Amino acid sequence: MTRLLGTPDTLNPLPPVGADFIDAIERSRLMGRGGAAFPVAAKWRAVAQRSRGNAVIVVNGAEAEPQSKKDRVLMSERPNLVLDGAFIAARVLRARNVILYIGERHDVARNAMLRALSVRSEPERRMVTVSAAPARYVAGAEAAAIHFLNEGIATPTNVPPYPFERGVGGAPTLVQNVETLAHVALLARTGETPRTVLVTLAGGIKKPGVLEVDAQTTIGEAVLRTGGATEAPRAILIGGYFGHWVEPEQAWDLALEAESMRRHGLGLGCGVVGLLPVSRCPVCETAAIMRYLAGESSAQCGPCFFGLRALADACTRIAQRGSNPEDLTRMQRWAVEVRTRGACRHPDGAAMFLSSSLQVFAQEFASHRAHNLGRTA
Amino acid sequence: MSKQFELTVDRIKCDGRGLCAELLPELIRLDDWGYPILAAGVVPEHLIPLAQRAVEDCPVLAIALRRTHIKK
Repeated sequence: MTRLLGTPDTLNPLPPVGADFIDAIERSRLMGRGGAAFPVAAKWRAVAQRSRGNAVIVVNGAEAEPQSKKDRVLMSERPNLVLDGAFIAARVLRARNVILYIGERHDVARNAMLRALSVRSEPERRMVTVSAAPARYVAGAEAAAIHFLNEGIATPTNVPPYPFERGVGGAPTLVQNVETLAHVALLARTGETPRTVLVTLAGGIKKPGVLEVDAQTTIGEAVLRTGGATEAPRAILIGGYFGHWVEPEQAWDLALEAESMRRHGLGLGCGVVGLLPVSRCPVCETAAIMRYLAGESSAQCGPCFFGLRALADACTRIAQRGSNPEDLTRMQRWAVEVRTRGACRHPDGAAMFLSSSLQVFAQEFASHRAHNLGRTA
Repeated sequence: MSKQFELTVDRIKCDGRGLCAELLPELIRLDDWGYPILAAGVVPEHLIPLAQRAVEDCPVLAIALRRTHIKK
């Protein structure tokens, strides 16, 4: 069975691919693995329609999600597979440039990618430039990546124009997550994409780290494969800091697969599954994450900059001084009001995370007593 | 079919001056920090002149009235 990890990363000639390869992607129903789960074929078609041999491929290895490690592990273990995906994209979309956009702190991953690149063919190497993505939460978002590559500022911009309309240097641009590109490479090589996903298990888990699981694997099975939980979890955060808290008994049987997640109103997002142990305070945990997300606002749009800070402040007040109904009511209202009111989805993600906290930890938020905030996720 | 318009705001440009909400309280209210919350959907025909005024008077030109394909 084809897999992303645990297979030797060999350098082979690229399989022949033409414009009809996008049909193969469409049939595979591959969706982006950066977090948004956008259909890959649609994204490629949009660039293909506009490319006049000048398209740009941005290999997105920014991986700014604090708990996520899967993109780094993949770049370190299978750099050739990721590069294969990028060069296949370049061929199909008639691109002139490939940009490796790798998190500035991800040294091991970047070095592995550069080593793999150094033995590729001369024409391939000439296409590639390397760029260090700033270690900010929003830096991995498409529009922020393009803004950074064009002007050195990793903040989101208004869309439209979309990257496929006007991206790097004004050219039609494909920004694609590294795991997605690895899937593309295996599809071109073997005619099928592995029905697997890379997930990062974090929090109260015996052996935290990256796991490649079949799409039918449940969260409970994935946790067991990493040696189990350190103690009974109070709740499980699915999809990273833009994700949702789920009660353990409900989460346990959920399959780690985008479509079944969607049926439950959830998303796999960037693939982070975090276990909150019962001994940790959910209110303090939520406050710490909200504080982080408020600090990661790029401070361009008022509702995000002021709104997330107010939400984090209210949450911190409850964490430090104990529950109060005024802050709870305000948080409920603000969490709805800030949504869709930024140029990017940062306020939406943070607000949805908070809403799920207020729902799953309703008891804890209503009856929280003052204690010191010092624990972090 | 008559022309239909909806209000949009450039969130990056918007400074929260609040003029729009004074000119068009029927469709625009302000959040706790003074930034506009727009009513969703098509601007009713009788409010279009006021909406145009809000667009023109925005000090940072953040509000726009755009043709829409939303069905009434």
